[in-house]
Amino acid sequence: MSDDHGHHPTALTEIERRARALEELLTEKGIVDSAFIDAVVEAYAHDIGPMNGARVVARAWVDPDYKLRLLADGTAAIAELGFGGAEGDHIEVVENTPAVHNVVVCTLCSCYPWPVLGLPPNWYKSPPYRARMVREPRALLREMGCEVPDEVEIRVWDSSAEMRYMVLPQRPAGNEGATEEELAALVSRDAMIGVQRL
Amino acid sequence: MWFDGDVDGIHDLGGMQGFGPVDVEPAEPVFHHPWEGRTFAVATSALAAGGFNTPMFRHAIERMDPVHYLSSSYYEHWLTALATLLVEAGIVTRRELEERAGAYRLSRPARATPDDVDVSPPGEASRFSVGDRVRARDIHFDGHTRCPRYVRGRRGVIVRVDGVAPLPEIEAHRREQVADHTYGVGFELTELWGGDADPNAAVHVDLYERYLEPA
Repeated sequence: MSDDHGHHPTALTEIERRARALEELLTEKGIVDSAFIDAVVEAYAHDIGPMNGARVVARAWVDPDYKLRLLADGTAAIAELGFGGAEGDHIEVVENTPAVHNVVVCTLCSCYPWPVLGLPPNWYKSPPYRARMVREPRALLREMGCEVPDEVEIRVWDSSAEMRYMVLPQRPAGNEGATEEELAALVSRDAMIGVQRL
Repeated sequence: MWFDGDVDGIHDLGGMQGFGPVDVEPAEPVFHHPWEGRTFAVATSALAAGGFNTPMFRHAIERMDPVHYLSSSYYEHWLTALATLLVEAGIVTRRELEERAGAYRLSRPARATPDDVDVSPPGEASRFSVGDRVRARDIHFDGHTRCPRYVRGRRGVIVRVDGVAPLPEIEAHRREQVADHTYGVGFELTELWGGDADPNAAVHVDLYERYLEPA
C-alpha cells in the first residue's frame, strides 16, 4: 500500500514522516544538500566520538608537559592532536584527583564537547540525569555504578554558557609499561563525563 | 493552564524531583534510527542557511508544549524546533509540511517580544575576580535565558573568569549581539538545597555578569 504521492510507504512511523517531509522540502527548495547531510551523518556516526577524547587522556597520562597545557588551555591542547570544531571552541578539562571527583551535566539542554566525545548518549540528555545530578550527585553516581567515597569532594559542572567540559580521569594503577595506544583503550566515554571511575 | 503562567520553562530541569532512575542503554548507538541522524544533520545545515543562531534554536525547543517536551525523544525536540523556526520565518509553511506528513506539531509562539529584552550595555571591564562572593539575581525573564532557576537568589564564588560572549537573551529575541563577561561560579550543594544536602559537593555553573550581583 502507498499513499497518494506514492513515495511514502505506510510503514513509516509518524515521526519518520515528519522528518522526511522537512528534509524533502528543504532539499527541493535548495536550502540543504543531500550529499552534505550524508557526510555529516557519517562523520558523527563513525569519526567524531569518545575515541578522540581517549587519545587526549592517554597523552596527558604519559606526557606531564602535555597535561599541564591541557589543564591550562584545553581547547589549544586538544587542537594539538587535531581535534576541534562544532561545540569545541571552549573546552575546559577538569582533573580527577584522590581528593576531587568531577562530573559533567547540562541541566538546560544537552551541551557536550562534541570534538572529543561525539554526540551525547540519551541518558545524558534525559530529564532524570539533568534534574538529579545537580541535587544529589553522590547518590546518582552510586546508582549509576560509580562509588565516590564521602571524603572525596564532588564537583558538578553544569555547562550553561560557552564552556564545554571533559573530565581527565585518574590513571588506573598497574599499567606502568602500557603504550599510549594501550592506555587510550582503557579510557571510556563515561569516565570522561565523570559517571565512571577507572 | 498551569504552563501559561509565570513559570520557567520545562527544559530548566536542574533539581526537579520525581524523575526516578537514569535509564542507561548499554552499547548505545549514536543514532537509534536513520531519521535521527538525518534530522541532526538537516538541522545543523538549515539553521546556518536560515540565519538562526543557537539561542534561537534552544528557545524554539524550550517553547515546546511541556507535555510534548517530556514525552518526546531528543531528536523530536530538534525536529519540532527546526520546523517551528522555518515556519515562523516563512521558509516553509505548515501547510506544506502537513500535506506530506499529516498533523505537524510545532512549538508555541514566543512570549517575550524584542522590546522585553534588557539591552543595557554591559560594563567594559569585568566586574568580578576569582574568589569574589556573588549572588545570582532572581530574574524571571519570559523568554530565553541561560540562568538556571536553581541558582537564582543563591550565593556562590567566582571560580573562573571566562571572557566575553554574546548574551543569549539578546541573540534569541533580537537580530543583534551584545557581549557580556562570563564566569564559572561555584555553589555549595548546601547553599542550593539546604542543610541536609551533601556537605562535600558543589555545582559549578557558567553565568553571564548580568545574572550576578555582589554578595
